[in-house]
Amino acid sequence: MVTFEEISPADFFYRNRDIAGFTNPVRAIFSAVRELVENSLDATDISDVPSEIYVRISQDDETELGVNIYKLRIKDNGCGIPARHIPSAFGQVLFGSKYKLKQARGTFGLGGTMAILYGQITTHKPVNVVSSTGGSKVYKYTLVIDIQRNRPLILDRKIQINKEQWRGTIIEFNLEGDYSRAMPKILEYLKQTALVTPYANITFVDPRGRLYKFNRVTTKTPPPPKETLPHPYGVDVETIQRLQRITDCRTMPDFMQKHFHRIGETISLNFLEFAGFVKTADPQKLKREDVSQLVESIKKSSRTHRGFPKNISVDGLQHDIKTTKCRNLIDFMKTHFKEVEKSVILRLLHRAGFIQTKDPRKLRSDEIVRLVRMMKRFDGFLPPDASCLSPLGEDLLKVGILKELKPEFIVVSQRKPSTYSGHPFIVETAIAYGGDIPAKDDILVYRFANRIPLLYDEASDVSVKVIRSVNWRRYKVSPSMPIAILVHICSTKVPYKTVGKEFIADRPEVKKEVLNGLRDVARQLQHFLTKKEYVARERKRLDVFSKYLPKIARFSTNLAGEEKEPDIKALLRSVRKFED
Amino acid sequence: MKTEVSVSKKKKEVLANLRNLGARLYSQMGEGVFPWIKMPSRSIQNIFYSSEVRQYVLGDKTVRRSSRNIRHIRPFTQLVWAAYFAHELAKNRKTSTLRDVYYSAQAFDVAFKEQPESNNIITDLETAVGFAREDFNVFPEERSAIFGDLTIAYTVRGYEGKQYNLMSHPDGVMIGPALTSAEFVKTSADMVIAIEKGGLFTRFIEEEVHKKFNALLVLLGGQAPRATRHFIHRLNKELELPVHVFTDGDPWGMHIAMVIISGSANAAHLRDLTTPDARWSGVWATDIVDYKLPSDELTPVDIKRLYELQKDPRYTGDLWQREVKKFLKIRKKAEQEAFSRYGLTYIVDKYLPTKLKEAG
Repeated sequence: MVTFEEISPADFFYRNRDIAGFTNPVRAIFSAVRELVENSLDATDISDVPSEIYVRISQDDETELGVNIYKLRIKDNGCGIPARHIPSAFGQVLFGSKYKLKQARGTFGLGGTMAILYGQITTHKPVNVVSSTGGSKVYKYTLVIDIQRNRPLILDRKIQINKEQWRGTIIEFNLEGDYSRAMPKILEYLKQTALVTPYANITFVDPRGRLYKFNRVTTKTPPPPKETLPHPYGVDVETIQRLQRITDCRTMPDFMQKHFHRIGETISLNFLEFAGFVKTADPQKLKREDVSQLVESIKKSSRTHRGFPKNISVDGLQHDIKTTKCRNLIDFMKTHFKEVEKSVILRLLHRAGFIQTKDPRKLRSDEIVRLVRMMKRFDGFLPPDASCLSPLGEDLLKVGILKELKPEFIVVSQRKPSTYSGHPFIVETAIAYGGDIPAKDDILVYRFANRIPLLYDEASDVSVKVIRSVNWRRYKVSPSMPIAILVHICSTKVPYKTVGKEFIADRPEVKKEVLNGLRDVARQLQHFLTKKEYVARERKRLDVFSKYLPKIARFSTNLAGEEKEPDIKALLRSVRKFED
Repeated sequence: MKTEVSVSKKKKEVLANLRNLGARLYSQMGEGVFPWIKMPSRSIQNIFYSSEVRQYVLGDKTVRRSSRNIRHIRPFTQLVWAAYFAHELAKNRKTSTLRDVYYSAQAFDVAFKEQPESNNIITDLETAVGFAREDFNVFPEERSAIFGDLTIAYTVRGYEGKQYNLMSHPDGVMIGPALTSAEFVKTSADMVIAIEKGGLFTRFIEEEVHKKFNALLVLLGGQAPRATRHFIHRLNKELELPVHVFTDGDPWGMHIAMVIISGSANAAHLRDLTTPDARWSGVWATDIVDYKLPSDELTPVDIKRLYELQKDPRYTGDLWQREVKKFLKIRKKAEQEAFSRYGLTYIVDKYLPTKLKEAG
């Protein structure tokens, strides 16, 4: 007999923890560190102080039956969590503060809780959370997750006086892992995080008591992202239905302007007219006072728009209306004032109150579907602006790379904002050369998305595919040169291919921007390499002259029976063609 | 006895030329110019046969080697070093070999990549200074020998003025640096007989050819080293002795004689290595027929060489053309030792007198 049952989100992820990156003990301990560090960095980005992150992995108990149990503790100086949200934030899957349209490292409200859930199911121990928003109190919770019901169970709760006005969050829990094998990835992750967060102090103490410190080199932080409205290109039926429920707008133009990104009066009217959501009265049915109001509006507009006559009379217009064959006011206005743009006519009619639209709350489902489809087809929307994004910026990227990779040469580039499916994104690229960068057969690639280092599945990533498609020889890059390439994609919605956030899908728009970004920096690298080659060649030349000319001087002096050698400094200066 | 250029006078000239080279470069640098030199080009296009001096000579083309040129500066430095090194050798009356030059350069950090490179620089120096390397005491490894009544006086250190008669040793005396730089004192000889191979040289001494013909015997040892060619030149010029060259009867032997007479293209930049009046006295192709000598077939390589020689400007003389044609006709060659079929002394008692008489 077939039985049907419902499972909670926590239960779902418990059963499918592989998709969130908790595949095995090695991967699990890496993912736990990563998820919690990212939460901490998100929390500190919101506050004004530069990030201060402390991570400790300790191993109190010896191995039990071949299983390594670790205690993971992460402390930050972030914004803290309001007391009432603490249990849910850590004891409930898919509960979070990041379901907003602005860039953040985390997006699902899943990672942190998944780590805790994983700890709970492998060690059967609760999680301790200490947090304060900087107020008078510090809250301490001891929680477990009720997996079947996706609810936190509070085992203990303490409130302390916050004497030092501490702000931040501390999370401590136990989990099964394999640190010795995860160590290289964890260290690489922290190093790359430090690279892309040069304003953060990150301290890490590993189970053997080794201390790793990644110190900040700047206190400058990138401007925080602003929350944004959905762009019409990225909207679906569900979004409209949700908006219907919460909106207080009574007309479609208001609705469009209030709930969508970069839509003003003109664009909303143009779109609604295009989508067939605009109605106007039959001109024949206008009353005389309507006509005189229209005449007033036209007269007013004639000051700014030449197409409208200044000396228009109510009688004249009334006469014209009587004789027209147009059945709606927009068509009438269009045929009557041929030189005026349609959007101007729409605005005039809208302001004069001649445009009627539906109450958005009363749209039927077929109308919603049509609205969404027309949104995708309309080409008059402005592209999303990037204020909701928080790219690192060329300066910070530069100092981050200089700090962690110590290259001889660095060039960075930030592309202009672009969009895919209504989601804005910005690509930042960098190429570093020489210095501490190792010379390998393959170019070293550092991938970041929303300031998260991506360490797994490199080969499937869009950036790597683009890098492989570039003919590097054109840029004077030859195999086994010490080169590192960095690609940072930030977006309100990074097109990850998996929940594990390991690699980015190759959307054509993203691909194009990555390619253009790489070309920007590759060209500058080419200039650098060309110059370097020139200097090296000239230096070699000079070395040859510097080696032999003094010998010629010495032998000649000796041969000629002279005492004093001729001065060859000027000669050597004359062959020097480069500056250091 | 006529001494054209006394050895010590020439030494002084060599030293002066080397010093002048240094002084020229020194003053160029003093004027803030990258040092450079100009010398005759030794490219094939600039090597001509002069029937006047009866040897190869260099034409008017010159090359300019400048230390301003990145590709020239290393060989240029090596050339200046070689001049310095040669000057030191000559000044201190020490001798050296080409191999020695190659290794010595390393001590001055102007190392040559390989022996031919160093040889080439020495040839450059010969061209630039106008003297053979033997004159600045760089000798080849090869040795040849001389036997006969010639008294010489050494000029080498430790033996200055000491006299020696070249008949003192029955194996002959090696023509090395000491002998090459010696002054001639006196001789009773009337002629020089140069012999290609050591076996016959020894036989001639045993058979007392030097007494019977009143001759100085020179062992060439194959293609004669330049020191030996110069020595024969001196015997001819300074002592006015006629020179007869005996070689194998094949194109190679014939050419050994020719190089002694007219020199080689490689030494076109040098003088005093040739003896234009020397005579090739056999073995001729005609001799192979006339004396019915035991002979071998000419190889394709031999024949090819003969065709080359036929066109060679040095081979325009009647004798040479005739013999080349004869070789090509009979397609035979014979070694000097072939006369042994008529007994060990036949070559000395019968053949040699006839040939020397023919030569007049």
